[in-house]
Amino acid sequence: MSNAVSALNGLTAAGDVTVKEAGLRGMITLRGDFSSRKFKNICTELSGMGFPEQGKANCDGDRGLCWMSPDEILLLVAHDDVAESLTKIEKALKGQHYLAANVSDARAQISVSGPFAREVIAKLAPADLHPDHFQPGDFRRTRLGQVAAAFWLTETGAIEIICFRSVADYTFRLLAASAKAGPVGYFTV
Amino acid sequence: MLVLHCPYCGVDVDETDLHGGGEAHLTRHGPGSSDDEFHDYLFQRANPKGVHFERWRHVYGCGKYFHAARCTMTLEVFGTYSAQTLEPPQEIKDAIMAKRPDWTGGAKS
Amino acid sequence: MSTRLENMGRLVDRNQAVTFLFNGKTLQGLAGDTIASALLANDQLLVGRSFKYHRPRGVVASGAEEPNGLVNLGQDGHFEPNQRVTTTELYDGLQATSQNHWPTLEFDVGAINTYLARFLPAGFYYKMFIHPRPFWKYVYEPIIRKSAGLGKAPKDRDADTYEHFHAHIDVLIIGGGIAGLSSALAAAQTGARVMLMEQTAHWGGRAAVDAPQIEGMSAEAWIAQTVEALEAMPNVSLRLRTMGAGVYDHGYVLGYEKLTEHLGVSDGPRQRLWRIRAKQIITATGAIERPLSFAGNDIPGVLLASAVRDYAVNYGVSIGDRTVVVANNDDAYRTAITLCEAGLNVPAIIDVRPTSEGELPQQARDLGIRVLSGKGIAKVKGGKRVTSVVVCAQAGEGAALEEIACDCVAMSGGWSPVVHLWSHCGGKLIWDEAQAMFRPDPEQAPKGDQGQDFVTAVGTANGNLFTAEVLGDAFAAGLSAAQSAGAPKKGRAANAPQGNDAEEAALSPAWLMPQGASYELRAKAWLDFQNDVKVSDVQLAAQEGFESVEHAKRYTTLGMATDQGKLSNINGLAVLSKSLNSDIPDVGTTTFRPPYTPISMSSIAGVAQNDLFQPIQWTPMSEWHSENGADYEPVGHWRRPYAYLRDGETVHEAVNREVVNTRESLGLLDASTLGKLVVKGPDAGKFLDMMYTNMMSTLPIGKCRYGLMCTENGFLSDDGVVARIGEQEWLCHTTTGGAGRIHEWMEDWLQCEWWDWKVYVANVTEQLAQVAVVGPNARKLLEKLGGMDVSKEALPFMQWADGTLGGFDARAYRISFSGELSYEIAVPASQGRAFWDALLAAGEEFGVMPYGTEALHIMRAEKGFIMIGDETDGTVIPQDLNLQWALSKKKTDYLGKRAQERSHMADPNRWKLVGLETLDGSVLPDGAYAIADGDNDNAQRNTQGRVTSTYYSPTLNKGIAMGLVHRGPERMGEVLTFTNVDGEPIKAKIVDQVFYDKEGAKQNV
Repeated sequence: MSNAVSALNGLTAAGDVTVKEAGLRGMITLRGDFSSRKFKNICTELSGMGFPEQGKANCDGDRGLCWMSPDEILLLVAHDDVAESLTKIEKALKGQHYLAANVSDARAQISVSGPFAREVIAKLAPADLHPDHFQPGDFRRTRLGQVAAAFWLTETGAIEIICFRSVADYTFRLLAASAKAGPVGYFTV
Repeated sequence: MLVLHCPYCGVDVDETDLHGGGEAHLTRHGPGSSDDEFHDYLFQRANPKGVHFERWRHVYGCGKYFHAARCTMTLEVFGTYSAQTLEPPQEIKDAIMAKRPDWTGGAKS
Repeated sequence: MSTRLENMGRLVDRNQAVTFLFNGKTLQGLAGDTIASALLANDQLLVGRSFKYHRPRGVVASGAEEPNGLVNLGQDGHFEPNQRVTTTELYDGLQATSQNHWPTLEFDVGAINTYLARFLPAGFYYKMFIHPRPFWKYVYEPIIRKSAGLGKAPKDRDADTYEHFHAHIDVLIIGGGIAGLSSALAAAQTGARVMLMEQTAHWGGRAAVDAPQIEGMSAEAWIAQTVEALEAMPNVSLRLRTMGAGVYDHGYVLGYEKLTEHLGVSDGPRQRLWRIRAKQIITATGAIERPLSFAGNDIPGVLLASAVRDYAVNYGVSIGDRTVVVANNDDAYRTAITLCEAGLNVPAIIDVRPTSEGELPQQARDLGIRVLSGKGIAKVKGGKRVTSVVVCAQAGEGAALEEIACDCVAMSGGWSPVVHLWSHCGGKLIWDEAQAMFRPDPEQAPKGDQGQDFVTAVGTANGNLFTAEVLGDAFAAGLSAAQSAGAPKKGRAANAPQGNDAEEAALSPAWLMPQGASYELRAKAWLDFQNDVKVSDVQLAAQEGFESVEHAKRYTTLGMATDQGKLSNINGLAVLSKSLNSDIPDVGTTTFRPPYTPISMSSIAGVAQNDLFQPIQWTPMSEWHSENGADYEPVGHWRRPYAYLRDGETVHEAVNREVVNTRESLGLLDASTLGKLVVKGPDAGKFLDMMYTNMMSTLPIGKCRYGLMCTENGFLSDDGVVARIGEQEWLCHTTTGGAGRIHEWMEDWLQCEWWDWKVYVANVTEQLAQVAVVGPNARKLLEKLGGMDVSKEALPFMQWADGTLGGFDARAYRISFSGELSYEIAVPASQGRAFWDALLAAGEEFGVMPYGTEALHIMRAEKGFIMIGDETDGTVIPQDLNLQWALSKKKTDYLGKRAQERSHMADPNRWKLVGLETLDGSVLPDGAYAIADGDNDNAQRNTQGRVTSTYYSPTLNKGIAMGLVHRGPERMGEVLTFTNVDGEPIKAKIVDQVFYDKEGAKQNV
């Protein structure tokens, strides 16, 4: 429907590092058997991306596949394509044990971009974000401040973050405050 | 503050991303069990000084429970492994024996 | 007097004056000064008063160990007490005031205590104030509190910002002296991720002052060259003004970085707390010089010998014109030599050793300085500053040999390695007899997650006091740490920097000066300057049986001040061991605990202050709530409207209006916060039969059932409506606070007990905005919106259906928590606000009003429905709440079933739920107890029940309540007496828990 709005309706905090809510995104939680060919096929078909290895995300624009756990994939599609995707999943996995749930509106996606985007995240997350260790394609589920979040690094150096909708406001302000506080000068890349 | 390796995500995880789940390898006793069995199941927990097996949930990560074999004295971690086991796997027992030759081997000692 | 010298001062910029205020007086310092050096340059020797006796005190040290120089710093929101003048860098406009005196620093009434010192020994407070008992609370404590405490507590909210930073490092080196630099060079060449942190604003530590030769150049030149080389390496991170505050398990380290506080009030975070995971840690934390214990060693003008040297070399500041050096080692001679070179007078070096023939003593003699061997100081004379010292034989009892006029005394009792960070996580110490110091025992290093050693102490922190061994030891440790951390390259040991300095002869321990000092002298020989603990106090503690060092510490308060005994601990325990006739290592040290020096609470909070203090959860409709008078209440991290206040209304009036309007016409509740878990799979039915006390597997598709969940203890833990969505799919509603917890509970059983059952669970709570449409006009409103059939026939009570309403994709549940005709409508969260607006617009003709959680509570209580957390508290089983109907008799097992069979759970004497009605219609106090006859074993009144929910019911116009009462349901009509904190006990009658519409006529329409 046209009256759908994302958690923060595209809110942006511009600066050397810019924090921007990405707007409506389609997200489907898909739990099932990763060894099933049908399972992998429907994932790659709907996302147009390869099936991710453990701890990885294959994303491009608003489509992608994120490895959430050994039996859970987060499928990213356009917000308008969710219903159709769910129907396709149902058809493809008929008879299999799986669970597909629309979580598009349960989440918010926030993009952090700029020269020290990596440091903005490292202020808030206990994960190792050193360039030796965290590269485009890596996907990490951890904390940002006091809330759960998942993030990945794009080829352009931006970091895409997914958090729960109810705490999108907290997460956004947390990121904006950390960006505003400036660089740490720790990561040289 | 501990670091434990999540066997599901394959990453070393800060304790702040985890949620402790108490002693591992408990046997559930339901209807039909004796009062003593049920009492032990509910309340009797090992509290060893030394090798201990415990449950952890990677709550800020994959959401999976895993087991850890750990020394409660030195915080040395002998290994982490799947929660879908009734007792510690052999490689974990071997790792413990290598470091703690005196260990009697009881999963719930 | 203390003053600025014409020469020296490597850290200050003589062309850049800095103005600051001390106790309201405008003073001038130089850029590069600390507050301490600037005060001394202004002849401000007196910096504070001591804690107990209010004795005048001056600066003793030049670094983090300073016990006396504590000031209140800054103004208003930037105010902070207990800031050390020796480590606070000066900036223009700095404002500091001294502490612990009244009315002024120069004239302090409390100083009378010094004349009462004889009557205020260790343990005085414990002994004096224990009797009579009531006096403590009403007389002693209020008086003592007035005179106690260091500094002032800040009054304003902290106006600065702070942040954290997480770093994962291979080799973390703490301490940027030549040892740390040498370790860093070694580790860095292996390609390891290296971080080097230094607590001060300068690299090089003491070497820059003591100036040994390194690699054939001056120490200063080598330091600059090394820092430059390290800065150029991408795998090395260098951090000045960053203190290693604590070392914890599994390589966790806190680093405390000062970002802007040395600049005064400015933009950006004031401090950054580094939360580091290091594979290997090297502590290159240096050593601290020990004071000597002689009478009057606390008089302003008595400083550590190294500090006197630091002030001259680093800041170009002299403490006095005539400095007497008193020492038990060669190193202190450097101070005398330095002062001579600065053109100042050193009338004598008093050395406790019978001879002193080393390189440095020779240099001193060559400069014409008089060396008095085998001598000590009997006492220092002076009030607010030193005027002279009385020389005696160290071997004697203090008989005066001569008196030397002077205005500064530079003392040195040897050096103590800074072993704090080594010790924080379990590193053990050994006593080095030759150097009279505790040093790290490499055989007993802190152990990491694989049982490996993960901390190495190097340099003087490792007890190596000479340049050559410092550099070699530190370099080797840097290499080995990098290799242990799995560095990519090997690195070459041959690259270790070479250095040399003067040969030094052994020191001679001198724990008391003179060794046979009389009580008079011992009672003026300070060990702990900040907490006013003297040699005589520690001896008294030993005499009174406090033999453990930990007990003696607490009895005397030795080492318990903000400096944590950096200067006093070793001297104190040496005195203790002597009093106990045992050896120092047998007495042992007290425990070293982090942080190394105090760190601010704000830095620990980091960004988590003000509106980022904790995450608040908002629903898609929250903005509307906020704009329409919502008075929020926290439910977990959610904020739910308690009531919507209209102009001039009290909360109570608003709640009553909302209840009445909903009962009479139409109300809306934002129910989005209720937990929603999808449970799906071939074994989902079987699984839910275990999770819930009810039978869920038999629930037909399209229907809803109210379910209860219990813990394995049998206690009620959550409740909610379960809907059967498909053959293998259920949707479980949980309480608002319960979504995460119940999700984890389900995953726990699926992953750890029944892992062969094919069930998946997903938490879809936030995917859906849910609105309860409640009241006699609820159906009319939905019908007006148009779309799906919501008639009684198409959607009967306890069923659900999918469809559209007003163009919105919606799922409608015909369920009721109010007893009214009620629908809960779920729409995608992204459309939640639009749907809410549509309901409000369409409902206008029915006088629709949103209602908050209090109205929800009142309406459910009127209907006798329980609320998790009100009627339950973790000790209540479903049977207590008359919910036997929800316990399946057909099932052989469910979580909690076995526990509910235990004798205590099946006991008919349990407290059970009933309704309660006061005789006068008033509202019972929440949590009030029903009084029973007699007293229990603790002489408390017996009780027979308690109130669990209590409200004023606007529907019934009287107070209504529910409570758990001993055999309650069997005692209908009985009148109980309830406690009332604010007045007379209240009488209430036991009644049915359903107060309103017992037949359910209103909801079944």
